[in-house]
Amino acid sequence: MLRYVLKRLLTAIPTLFLIVTISFFLIRVAPGGPFDLERPLEAKVMENLNKIYQLDKSLWEQYVIYMGNVLKGDLGPSFFFRDFTVGDLFRQGLPISIEIGGYALLLALIFGGALGILAALKQNRAPDYSVMTVATMGITIPNFVVAPVLTLIFGVALGWLPVGGWNNGAWPNKILPIITLALPQVAIVARLTRGSMIEALRSHHIRTARANGLPSWMVVVVHALRGALLPVVSYAGPAAAALLTGSVVIETIYGIPGVGRYFVQAALNRDYTLVMGTVIVIAVFIMIFNLIVDLLYAWLDPRVRYD
Amino acid sequence: MNKTMKNAMKTPAGSLTETVVEAQIGRSLWDDAWARLKANKAAMASCVALFIISIACFLGPVLSPHGFDTVYRNYVKVPASLTAYPRNEAVEPAMVKALKRARLSIESFTIEGDQITAKVSSRREIRERSSQYVDRSDLFKNAKLKDLADDKLTGTLVAEIDRKHFYFGTDANGRDLMTRTLIAGRVSLVIGLLASSVALLIGVTYGSLSGYFGGRVDLVMMRVVDVLYSLPFIFFVILLVVFFGRNFILMFIAVGAVEWLDMARIVRGQTLSIKRQEYVLAAEAMGVGTGGILKRHIIPNTLGPVVIFVTLLVPKVILLESFLSFLGLGVQEPMTSWGVLISEGARNLQGASWMLIFPSIFLTTTLFALNFIGDGLRDALDPKDR
Repeated sequence: MLRYVLKRLLTAIPTLFLIVTISFFLIRVAPGGPFDLERPLEAKVMENLNKIYQLDKSLWEQYVIYMGNVLKGDLGPSFFFRDFTVGDLFRQGLPISIEIGGYALLLALIFGGALGILAALKQNRAPDYSVMTVATMGITIPNFVVAPVLTLIFGVALGWLPVGGWNNGAWPNKILPIITLALPQVAIVARLTRGSMIEALRSHHIRTARANGLPSWMVVVVHALRGALLPVVSYAGPAAAALLTGSVVIETIYGIPGVGRYFVQAALNRDYTLVMGTVIVIAVFIMIFNLIVDLLYAWLDPRVRYD
Repeated sequence: MNKTMKNAMKTPAGSLTETVVEAQIGRSLWDDAWARLKANKAAMASCVALFIISIACFLGPVLSPHGFDTVYRNYVKVPASLTAYPRNEAVEPAMVKALKRARLSIESFTIEGDQITAKVSSRREIRERSSQYVDRSDLFKNAKLKDLADDKLTGTLVAEIDRKHFYFGTDANGRDLMTRTLIAGRVSLVIGLLASSVALLIGVTYGSLSGYFGGRVDLVMMRVVDVLYSLPFIFFVILLVVFFGRNFILMFIAVGAVEWLDMARIVRGQTLSIKRQEYVLAAEAMGVGTGGILKRHIIPNTLGPVVIFVTLLVPKVILLESFLSFLGLGVQEPMTSWGVLISEGARNLQGASWMLIFPSIFLTTTLFALNFIGDGLRDALDPKDR
């Protein structure tokens, strides 16, 4: 297994390299630059700025310099948030995004899984229909609708929770963002679990287990769930990468200082280094979670082998 | 097969042909699927709902008395209501205000139905043109000054109340929300369909080619998909916005061009199994070209999962458009889309909740309907789960 992991990590390097290269040139091709303001800067000032940030060199030279720095672990200074390096921004924001996203993922897996199993066991009966209706709602109502409504109910009308802000990670401030982030995921996990659980409950090994007289909770939890988890696991991998790297909408609405906001802001401000930093962080997360998914897959389903 | 049937019918042996014809009328898999779909109440109800919403969005703005960008300055953020505006108690203050601009003061004021009669006086000579000040208000129309006294210091003003209906209320600029919701729906639906068809076109072509050729070609083509897959999607979209910013149709063609990855994977997987079927082998043996085999034998057989995927892709794209509009990257004013309306509504939630409620109802109903249709199609085309 160790060999497999090593091999996967090694093959990830060229992919990562390609991704960084493509995004480097893509963002540079985009019209406009980081120091374009509504009122143009003086030519001399612009020239000096370009010199400091090495934008006066040719694109290839910049690329080589940037790649060299990245290899040394230096993501460069942010063009927009002066006085901050991209590394600083991520050191501050990423733990916050990971915390919110991690709890949301946990909620999604626990509640989504439980609801999905319930719906599958009571297929085509009232609990199934109500779970599926709620799940479809969770998928279709966009989170930028859910967020203001929740804020209005719990923050303004009832006054139980703060309407926004981070407040150094106090618990009341985290509740609404986590719930808003988790809701659509709960819905998707519930749907996936229900679908695969129904299929699993009909398979031969479950019939055999029942025929052997195993208690029904054991049949469900030990035998059916294991197989039914496979599609959930393969969904949860990319979803985890997306959740942990922060959500633009949630962070904007609730005013959370995570890294989700950086992507949109940075791309619009042509903050080249910050865009590249975000691309790298997200790509690394996606790769790590894909690897975890594959390992979990093999653990859950003994028919899957690493080659 | 059709040809042999026709030939058989031409033969004089009538009784024989009838049995042959009867044997020909079978139920294809598509008929079966259609029957199953018709039995699915949620999916059929969704079809009806989607049909109604589409008709409303495409015809509604034409039939509506309000333009989607007409600004009524006197009706900023009025709540949704079935009764007409203005309210009776709002008429007199509005008249006083309008006449004040014309430097006229009111002596008496009566409302009869929609007709207003007001005796007015002024310290200076009244000119008939002054009635324009009343017309300028959104509340009145056909204002006229009559019966001017000889010294032109007093007169009678008659005007009609301009009754307007705002069934969904108005927005923060005083525009009719119903017309705006419908025109927004037009934009959102067109975008959803457009982007999905682009994704469909690219995905099916790419996937079937990759799957059919197999081997090294497949490896390279799928590797490209994998690399594109690990690029953060939103990064692409934002770049596209930067490039095509002004033109949202072009932008969504581009979004469709990004969304084809899943489609390509699905079609490739299907093609891999289909190309080993006997009928493909037979076609190859008969010397049918690659293009012919793909068009006639492979692509039609991948359609089941593709149709399901498209019905689920349309809501995804609509949601994506809403998300971009929410970030301020989507459709630009005065054009609008459901996402724009919802983000405006979310900002005005306190005090003007109708601005969030109505666009959200339309958006979620559409997404609900499309999801149910997608699920229904999946159950109909792939009855294993039922």
